[in-house]
Amino acid sequence: MSVDVNGLVKTFGQQRAVDGLDFSLGSGEIVGFLGPNGAGKSTTMKMITGLLFPTEGSVNVCGYDVSASPVEVRKRIGYLPEHNPLYKDMYIREYLELVAGIHGIPNKKQRVEEMIETTGLTLEAHKQIGALSKGYRQRVGLAQAIIHDPEVLILDEPTSGLDPNQLADIRGLIRKIGEEKTVLFSTHIMQEVQLLCNRVIIINLGKIVADAPIEQLNDRMKGRKLVRVQYKERPNNALIKSINGVIEIEQVGKDSLDIIYSSNIDIREKLFTQAVEQNLVILEMRSEQHDMEDIFHALTKTS
Amino acid sequence: MWVILKKEISAFFRSVIGYLVMIVFLLMIGMIMWVFPDTSVLYYPYASLSQFFDLTPYVFLFLIPAITMRAFAEEYQNGTLEWLSSKPLNDFQILSGKFLSSWILVIFTLIPTLLYYYSVYDLGSPRGNIDTGAVIGSYFGLILLAGVFTSIGLFASAVTKNQIVAFLAGAFLCFIFFSFFDFISRLPVFVGTYDDIVQKFGIIYHYQSISRGVLDTRDVLYFLSVIVFFLYATWLTIYSRKW
Repeated sequence: MSVDVNGLVKTFGQQRAVDGLDFSLGSGEIVGFLGPNGAGKSTTMKMITGLLFPTEGSVNVCGYDVSASPVEVRKRIGYLPEHNPLYKDMYIREYLELVAGIHGIPNKKQRVEEMIETTGLTLEAHKQIGALSKGYRQRVGLAQAIIHDPEVLILDEPTSGLDPNQLADIRGLIRKIGEEKTVLFSTHIMQEVQLLCNRVIIINLGKIVADAPIEQLNDRMKGRKLVRVQYKERPNNALIKSINGVIEIEQVGKDSLDIIYSSNIDIREKLFTQAVEQNLVILEMRSEQHDMEDIFHALTKTS
Repeated sequence: MWVILKKEISAFFRSVIGYLVMIVFLLMIGMIMWVFPDTSVLYYPYASLSQFFDLTPYVFLFLIPAITMRAFAEEYQNGTLEWLSSKPLNDFQILSGKFLSSWILVIFTLIPTLLYYYSVYDLGSPRGNIDTGAVIGSYFGLILLAGVFTSIGLFASAVTKNQIVAFLAGAFLCFIFFSFFDFISRLPVFVGTYDDIVQKFGIIYHYQSISRGVLDTRDVLYFLSVIVFFLYATWLTIYSRKW
């Protein structure tokens, strides 16, 4: 296994930011690391790269313990931190050459040119990093993370703030790298997880709430169905909730509701008759597929 | 370490700080040495560079914290120190690269002042009537003093992400170590009892001792231990961020 995380705990004062994580990542895996803000994603990633010491537990990367031999681990990890910190007054080539120098890459210039090519920076390559748009900076960030051909790639929200074209490019790049290497990336875009990952780890309040291949994760929603109902005027939510079989109601628009119900009772007929009794007009009633967002929602809701 | 050193030095000259430090220093010292009548060598009855060596530490007091203030503060602010720590470098390489680059910049700034030595040497009557041994000793002392100020400045930069705070704290700490102990050794409590011990805590005592042209290992050891002390404190500050 490329990455082994055992009983990882990190406390900041009273707060347990990461609370006993266990997982292993193998090569050829692209793993989506999800969780609400403050769930401990970045903290976990920092502990894997050795930027933070775990309070308890250990991390192993390619057979090296992170606390015992941090430099060996960092040689094998490519890390793109959240917010992608860069030296803004450096030129792209200068910066990448610095990174190549840090990694002791023999053919610096050639490797830098390769990276500029792979990340699609050719047209901007003569610019100062500070003069680049966010998408291009993100590419520079990615280039510095993969320049030494790392075994493990840790990307903290690599696609935040990109336009749809850039998103597609960066995702393509991640997918390509993930064919042979291990990629762990965090994101808030659920659709991206479905597009990219073979596996998803969802954490909440520092604990793993789901760790499964994507297909299996969809099964978690088995036994639940979703119907989206659009009323003409505002319905009475409490009354709908009282219908036998309704599990959850979520307001999606002014007069629209997502109603999750148990799959062995079909509530649609009841919904309709209830609306009639209440003199409500149903404009639309549509069965929907559960998507990643619902799964995420169901697993990480803290109520 | 060399990678970091190179990065830092090129950063000085990219951000104009490098040029500015050199110009400001040479301009100030040049004026003091050759123009202002109160301190000018030309009005001084002896062929000596003592004015230069007496006043340069006070210029360094402000100049060196200005060089070092960005060392860590800027990297904290940009989040790049964390990024740098995720690279296969150990803290020692980062720290020594930053320390040496600032120190080297200061030493480079001193090189043009060798002209002063030549000028005074040439103006002496008879020609060459200057205490060369004392000049060599003083340069050596100045370089060590610059090392101490650099390590203090780095420490000040490591405790805050605000560059102005880093500058002020650095200048203040440099002042404390430079002349504070000398001043308080003249307090009535110490005079006649502990004054020489208190004095020895400060830089001035050792700097003046080296300036006489006598390279005493105790003085050199003093400078080196203060440098190591502050570098260690800097390292602790950086390291503690990982907990």
